[in-house]
Amino acid sequence: MEITNYLGLAAILFAIGATTVLLRRNAIVVFMGVELMLNATNLAFVTFARIHGDVTGQVLAFFVMVVAAAEVVVGLAIIITIFRSRRSASVDDVNLLHS
Amino acid sequence: MTASSAEAALFWVLAPLMVLAALGLLFARKAVHAAVCVMFVMVGLAILYVAQEAPFLGVVQVVVYTGAVMMLFLFVLMLVGVDSADSLTETIKGQRWLGVLLGLGLVVVLLGVIAQAAFPPAVGLAATEELTNPVALARVLLGDYVLAMEVVGVLLVTAALAGLVLTHRRRLSVRPTQRVLAAARVAALPQGRTLTPLPAPGVYAQNNAMDTPALGPDGEPLPHSVPRVLRIRGQERSATAVLAEEETLVTREDLRLLGVGPAADATVEQVGDPVATGTTDEGTGDEGPGDERSGDVDGEVR
Repeated sequence: MEITNYLGLAAILFAIGATTVLLRRNAIVVFMGVELMLNATNLAFVTFARIHGDVTGQVLAFFVMVVAAAEVVVGLAIIITIFRSRRSASVDDVNLLHS
Repeated sequence: MTASSAEAALFWVLAPLMVLAALGLLFARKAVHAAVCVMFVMVGLAILYVAQEAPFLGVVQVVVYTGAVMMLFLFVLMLVGVDSADSLTETIKGQRWLGVLLGLGLVVVLLGVIAQAAFPPAVGLAATEELTNPVALARVLLGDYVLAMEVVGVLLVTAALAGLVLTHRRRLSVRPTQRVLAAARVAALPQGRTLTPLPAPGVYAQNNAMDTPALGPDGEPLPHSVPRVLRIRGQERSATAVLAEEETLVTREDLRLLGVGPAADATVEQVGDPVATGTTDEGTGDEGPGDERSGDVDGEVR
């Protein structure tokens, strides 16, 4: 098996995450799609670190994880705030600025 | 460098399952199912990291993503409401097909790029890690990227503060005192509210679940001892069925003890009655913490 198979898996997971962001209506599920995309890039980072024999890729994946954790905190807090005021977690219902 | 056959087996077992779970995120109607699918993908990724000479990242993946991030997701799902299934009506015309098309296009483009690109022969990490993987990571992290590390620390503190500020709710009305609450409770008496907390669900010899009503002093089941949510969903059990079930158990036990005989019926009558009244007392007399809980659930729903 070639190591680049891992990159293929990462690409498929990334595309599924992106499709989730495009298609799903529930804000929390959309957020999980973003997380899936970040995880897919991490897999690519780790694979490239192995291909090039350099742990810098792993360090960058570590940074991605930390930033993702911070992003989740803020994003979920925003979702809760929106849910409190609108009683809905659907991304389509947030159209206060519309017209 | 090609992976070992053991690693290939691991990959070919795990990768299709992970893709299936990721598709579960896309297709699951309920957000909780999607969250469980994502958790599976994340654990699978952790295993792949360990297989790819990144044991530190594998552990961090499990701790941070599966342990913290996905738990946070589940907490928020509980706050927002587990039952809120996604609506399937299209609000933007053609959005679904366009989304599927873009996703498929992305897969094709990315896979095409990977297939076309010429990668250098993979060297593996064995040479760079003099000691262990965490040590090698720490040398780079605290050497080349020390400034980024500090900035990330600031980012985390800021994010924690943001979480606090964003979810902070300012009190718009005066906090109700105990006296006000008591007055409101008495005022609601004509509407059928009771002054006391609601009775706890029934406690029987074989059953003390939330869905079984307690028996009142008159031996009649009290429907409001079951939490309102269960009543609305039609998930409450009838007390008579539970009692009848227990009675048949008692009968069977007596028959077994005495041996099947004509006298068995008479003893059943004697044993059956005290047990039934005993459970009645237990069911209604219980004023434990469960009492408050059922009252709480009711209050939330109302």
